[in-house]
Amino acid sequence: MKRRDFVGLTGLATGALFLPTVPGLGGNPVDPARLLIAADPAVNKRLADAALNAAKAAGATYTDVRIGRYLNQSIFTREKQVQNIASGESFGAGVRVIANGTWGFAATNTVTEAGLAKAAQLAVQIAKANSKVQKEQVKLAPQQGYGTVSWKTPIQQNAFEVPVKQKVELLLAANAKALENGASFVNSSLFQINEQKYFASTDGSYIDQDVHRIWPTLSVTAIDKASGKFRSRDAMSAPMGLGYEYLTPKAADKIPGPAGSDVIGYKNSYDILEDAAAAAKHARAKLTAKSVVPGKYDLVLDPNHLGLTIHESVGHPTELDRVLGYEANYAGTSFATQEWKAKNIPFGSKQVNIVADKLQPGSLGAVGYDDEGVKTKQWDLIKEGKLVDYQKIRDQAHIVGQKESDGCCYADSWSSVQFQRMPNVSLQPGKEKMSVDEMVSKVDKGIFIAGRGSYSIDQQRYNFQFGGQVFYAIDKGKITGMLEDVAYQANTQEFWNSCAGSCDQSDYRLFGSFFDGKGQPSQVSAVSHGSATTRFNGVNVINTARKIG
Amino acid sequence: MAILSQDESQAILKKVLSFSTSDECEATLSGSNGGNVRSARNAISTSGAADDVSLAVEARFGKRSGVATCNEFDDATLRRCVQRAEEIAKLAPESPEYMPLLGAQTYIAAPKSFAASTAGITPDFRATQIGKTMKICDEKKVTSAAFLNDEAGFVAKRNNKGLEAYQQYTNLSFSITVRTPDGTGSGYATGDYNDAAGFDAGTLTQVAADKAAMSRNAKAIEPGKYTVILEPAALVANTDASLLAALMNALDARNADEGRSFLSKKGGGNRKGEKLFDERVTIYSDPTNAEIASLTFAGDGRPQKKMTWIEKGVVKNLYTSRFWAQKAGIPDIPRPGGWIMEGGTQSVQDMIKGTAKGILVTRLWYIRPVDPQTLLYTGLTRDGTFYIENGKIKHPVKNFRFNESPIIMLNNLEAIGKPVRVNGNLVPPLKIRDFTFTSLSDAV
Repeated sequence: MKRRDFVGLTGLATGALFLPTVPGLGGNPVDPARLLIAADPAVNKRLADAALNAAKAAGATYTDVRIGRYLNQSIFTREKQVQNIASGESFGAGVRVIANGTWGFAATNTVTEAGLAKAAQLAVQIAKANSKVQKEQVKLAPQQGYGTVSWKTPIQQNAFEVPVKQKVELLLAANAKALENGASFVNSSLFQINEQKYFASTDGSYIDQDVHRIWPTLSVTAIDKASGKFRSRDAMSAPMGLGYEYLTPKAADKIPGPAGSDVIGYKNSYDILEDAAAAAKHARAKLTAKSVVPGKYDLVLDPNHLGLTIHESVGHPTELDRVLGYEANYAGTSFATQEWKAKNIPFGSKQVNIVADKLQPGSLGAVGYDDEGVKTKQWDLIKEGKLVDYQKIRDQAHIVGQKESDGCCYADSWSSVQFQRMPNVSLQPGKEKMSVDEMVSKVDKGIFIAGRGSYSIDQQRYNFQFGGQVFYAIDKGKITGMLEDVAYQANTQEFWNSCAGSCDQSDYRLFGSFFDGKGQPSQVSAVSHGSATTRFNGVNVINTARKIG
Repeated sequence: MAILSQDESQAILKKVLSFSTSDECEATLSGSNGGNVRSARNAISTSGAADDVSLAVEARFGKRSGVATCNEFDDATLRRCVQRAEEIAKLAPESPEYMPLLGAQTYIAAPKSFAASTAGITPDFRATQIGKTMKICDEKKVTSAAFLNDEAGFVAKRNNKGLEAYQQYTNLSFSITVRTPDGTGSGYATGDYNDAAGFDAGTLTQVAADKAAMSRNAKAIEPGKYTVILEPAALVANTDASLLAALMNALDARNADEGRSFLSKKGGGNRKGEKLFDERVTIYSDPTNAEIASLTFAGDGRPQKKMTWIEKGVVKNLYTSRFWAQKAGIPDIPRPGGWIMEGGTQSVQDMIKGTAKGILVTRLWYIRPVDPQTLLYTGLTRDGTFYIENGKIKHPVKNFRFNESPIIMLNNLEAIGKPVRVNGNLVPPLKIRDFTFTSLSDAV
């Protein structure tokens, strides 16, 4: 595409930029013509070497450099108009060192040899200052250098090369579908991320990576003016590690929910027009849905809902930094301590097999190498209900008696220090053939839940309360109608031990979390969670309706 | 280059505007220097520093607009940046919500938002402060996790309609969680400041360590409705959503007018002017308040000034965009930077003394909306939850999950204490009756 064409098409949306800014992805607005110009690895290597050499000269015993160009574009619409477009670029470099056995880090947007050398010297200065009060020296798991290598998200169509006009038209068409089907209001948006990351370290790696992610989403609201009641339904899409091809729907990627629910799930492509129409119908139906009677129910959880339950109750408590106390002041610790693990207490029932995976195609967390130069892999976290391993990075492996990192180190920007983040964490589907309808047919008193709603869990990951987007009563093996005011409360271990099994591989899909927060200063990361529809027996359901007068 | 003076900033902005041929042009320059140190297990875990400066140019032809940015400041780059913004603007469609750029504005005198002591913080200062916390915790044989972050920055704006704005700011924030070695006790303290001279990590560490020791071996009591004393850090957090911030975030005129807010009225319109809270509830904003000095202009250049949001329980004002204010014929009020809830003179200790039976809450966690219709939120207590009986803390209790709305909460008000600064706001401790706890948590 010629630069002029791209700018011209982009102009459609920038016309809305003087509307109030919708919080986007951070970074600064950027000339769209620059989005398509790739960085030169040879230049990056020269810059990185300047930092590596300056740090060594200043006294560092280990150094890594990340030169990052982070592009994001987010398009926001409501009803018939574009609300905002933010095309952002953040470009700079971060230098991490070990000096006097202590970490130091400094970042700069002056991406020159002198600028990086200065940042390296500041990082060493910080490390040396901190070393005066430090008691234990950093121990890094050994890591081979890979020389000059590269990796790219296997996308078919770069979303940044798709004309903004085309994207806007799609979102506005989705809005029109929602309005035609009874929505009072509809907001839709499309987030696109491209991380162009160059990593170099004193281990001898020079790693060039090009990472892509995309998230189309919408929220529909229906209002009953007479009563003043309003209800909403959010998209059933998942953010994915895919290109714009995700927005070309394929019939084979559509997975219907249980009969009587009119829920449709999406696998590797998403039909935003179909989902917008369904969202409007669901939002209207929620206005008159029956308020749930609290009590114990067997829950049948759709992958688009269960993904976040996996994220909160399995993904986070198996992060080794939490287990060790590194997040105690912010995100919390974990019940799944090394002492707890040693007792061999069941984390879940024997049907629960959960894997960590940084390679899964189409997932948000897939990369070839992490942000400290470790090649990525797949490994078991929970096997037949037992916790067998954690998620680790290089300076943690020795603490649990292991010799290598799991490749879970990530920073959300060149200006952020890399630390342990969650890989894709997924529940394996059942080995026996089972459809969603078969699963529902065996439930006497239950609720089918789809979509991400209100999620909250304590700082050690025991007590949680999770909601959803749509809820359907199951009575004697059949869906009997829509419910509202539903949330379930449980203890993580009790919940996973109540797992009665999953549908088979044909129902397996990825859910995604695009802005998972952790760390101080807080950083976001994106991960996927796969599962098939899964049943949990005897879970406590509460009614969340209140009156405010 | 990160902290430019007013003269330096406006010289760049004037030059930028001189390159413009558009009907309207506005340029914004912003930058900051900052650093942080984080500890856990009584050792430093990460530490860093970053600086950045950027320029954004918005050019307009009629109702069409384009934006471009750069972070280099030679004449050729600046000229190219303006040309790109104009090129995009010429190709853009007209916006249905177009509002002309603001002309010259009068801003109230710049408050003490900048302190040289904070801007001058060095790696040694950070290491010394965090070292102090680790030493105290080593001596007490407890484990700490702490975070110290400081930043000095500036924002400068200028447009060809006569608007000119500039302000510098600094901020330092610190928080610490202290845990007992047996894993049964945890305590928390936090503080934030424009001027680092008021900061001492040791004092806050002591508070968190004392709470951790007090909270060991918590007893379980039944969930239900309790009188609670919510400390300021439980009402407004710098790490999470929070109940009072949720209420302030809901004071949006457009959402209320459109029927999708707790402030929407049956049949249409909003509930501004109605008494929705206890008459002791008064919340206002004032960017010149010496304790929480903030920017005197909003992101779009509108002046920030003293503004009452809730007065004696009555909703007095809602914030709105300029477009919605014009369309709805309502006052044009920007969203505030920080806010102040009026309180009394009682300390938390005084409030405990006056409580026959109740629960003291240090901090709330993972607060998420459950129902926007009623502003119902859920979340949990954390890092120091205690049972009060006959004016004294009797014993620590296990943490609870709550399901509560700040609207209901501020109608069940028993007492208001003395406000303190939390995350750039002044927040009093509150004593609330019938606060709804729905389940217990084993988490410490």
